[in-house]
Amino acid sequence: MNWDVILPLAFFLVLVFLVGIYTSRHIKSGPSFLQDYFLAGRELGGFVLAMTMVATYGSASSFIGGPGAAYQLGLGWVLLAMAQLVTGYFTLAVLGKKFAIVARKINAVTLIDFLKARYESKWVVILSALSIVIFLFSAMAAQWVGGGRLIESFTGVSYTTALFIFSGSVLIYVVAGGFRAVVITDAIQGVVMVIGTVIILAGTIVAGGGIENIMGELRAENPNLITPFGSNESLTPLFVSSFWILVGVGVVGLPQISIRAMSYRNAKAMHRAMIIGTFVVGFIMLGMHLTGVFGRVILPGIEIPDKVMPLLALEVLPGWLAGIVLAAPLAAVMSTVDSVLLLVSSAIIKDVYINYIKPDAEERFVKRLSFGITAVVGLSVFTMAINPPDLLIWLNLFAFGGLEAAFIWPIVMGLYWKRGNANGAIASIVVGVGSYMWLHLNYPNLWGMHTVVMPIVFSFFAYIVGSFTKGDRPQTNTL
Amino acid sequence: MKKGNDWRYRISNREAIMGTVLALLNFIWWYAFAYGLGGRPVKEYTYILGFPAWFFYSCIVGFIVFTLLVWVMVKFFFKEVPFETDEAEEESESR
Repeated sequence: MNWDVILPLAFFLVLVFLVGIYTSRHIKSGPSFLQDYFLAGRELGGFVLAMTMVATYGSASSFIGGPGAAYQLGLGWVLLAMAQLVTGYFTLAVLGKKFAIVARKINAVTLIDFLKARYESKWVVILSALSIVIFLFSAMAAQWVGGGRLIESFTGVSYTTALFIFSGSVLIYVVAGGFRAVVITDAIQGVVMVIGTVIILAGTIVAGGGIENIMGELRAENPNLITPFGSNESLTPLFVSSFWILVGVGVVGLPQISIRAMSYRNAKAMHRAMIIGTFVVGFIMLGMHLTGVFGRVILPGIEIPDKVMPLLALEVLPGWLAGIVLAAPLAAVMSTVDSVLLLVSSAIIKDVYINYIKPDAEERFVKRLSFGITAVVGLSVFTMAINPPDLLIWLNLFAFGGLEAAFIWPIVMGLYWKRGNANGAIASIVVGVGSYMWLHLNYPNLWGMHTVVMPIVFSFFAYIVGSFTKGDRPQTNTL
Repeated sequence: MKKGNDWRYRISNREAIMGTVLALLNFIWWYAFAYGLGGRPVKEYTYILGFPAWFFYSCIVGFIVFTLLVWVMVKFFFKEVPFETDEAEEESESR
């Protein structure tokens, strides 16, 4: 064990834990409890909004998997990663003030509250809640496994112990503090992600003898490493461009991101968040992926891509700085799972239980139930993560693209197209998820594009066609 | 209040279009520099601050330029509107 590395990591975990617990003291009782617990009373300022969006979106793959791929493929993969710059401003601009205003008018606490008010359809609600619970639960379990593995590899404790440490620190503050604890800790985690990026990038450039030198060595090893096409020329322009859909504009359809577009205080917060968010997401993606490429010169011949970043941090930095850098991927994982955990629990409590099982539930009971369900969901993810069942791993394959294909049009068209109706939304969700799963299994990367592209096209047409089948009167429940 | 006629929605619609146009410009900038300059043989590459020119313009300059453009967009073209409906009605009456 390397105590230099472990101390900053442990300090980070304790800090996040304490801040999370501290914010839970602000949870209000009474009629505003649900809004407070699941949406922090719509009080987010610009900085916290930007950080929670970036941190929720950025996951282990931004710090471990992505840089590992950049190490193998070269600058072409950094180019691909930069498609994510657009997520910094696009979601907030497109959902925009209209989403925030509508959410207030109808008192929406979850994404499904919005869909329910817009489409007035039981089936839209049930299908959406199902997709969220199934896909996000499995995505969360996968991230949970990642969090455990990270702690395991940095500290040398056993996987089960690592998982226990990880779950303990995340679960307690999410259950006790709700959305406010999630976003405040996200802000800290976002800052750690930025600091980690600065340190490892600087350390790697120095260790490699400057950028000019690094580029020279890369070119000498394999000139394709410094082209946009990848070391084995596998990155075609069409394939790389299709990531603008998957990890760029399509992110609007991810419920854990779009829910944040109804949580900010005022127009000024949204404006600031767009500027800060764009800068932070661009900086992290550029910095981390470049580091992966540069690392090839310093530590050649690493076979397992996921090991690139940990090995590199330990090689180029003193132990305690490496600890800070390695806190960044942990922060990224934590900030993703805390948000998703709360989202899954809100879908169960608000969208299913209060909507259909007991609409007149007593306030005090709802409060106890919210803590209870959040804890139960968290504990079951923990249990699953100890020995993940195959079904969960299988479902996780579809989580990201499937949710995008399901929700992007019901949300965006629901906001901006008056004629859109429940039939359109149902068709869009079914076709989106169905075609994504089918293509992924049978024709992955159809026509040289990422699998997500065609399902998003199909679900768009399904929405339009579905909306026109409802007789001659357009539905004008535009809110 | 009449449904769908909220004055704030017109502003929001316009801003959504601006955001989409900016994303489109962002894509064009990114694509044109990457494959325009980067598509040449490696022997003909030029370098800026150590980076191949295609990468420097597409990813580094593109990152800075579009962060600035987002700033310009929200600073000069986005409008602040109240989110609570009562405030909005007061403001629309005083117009």
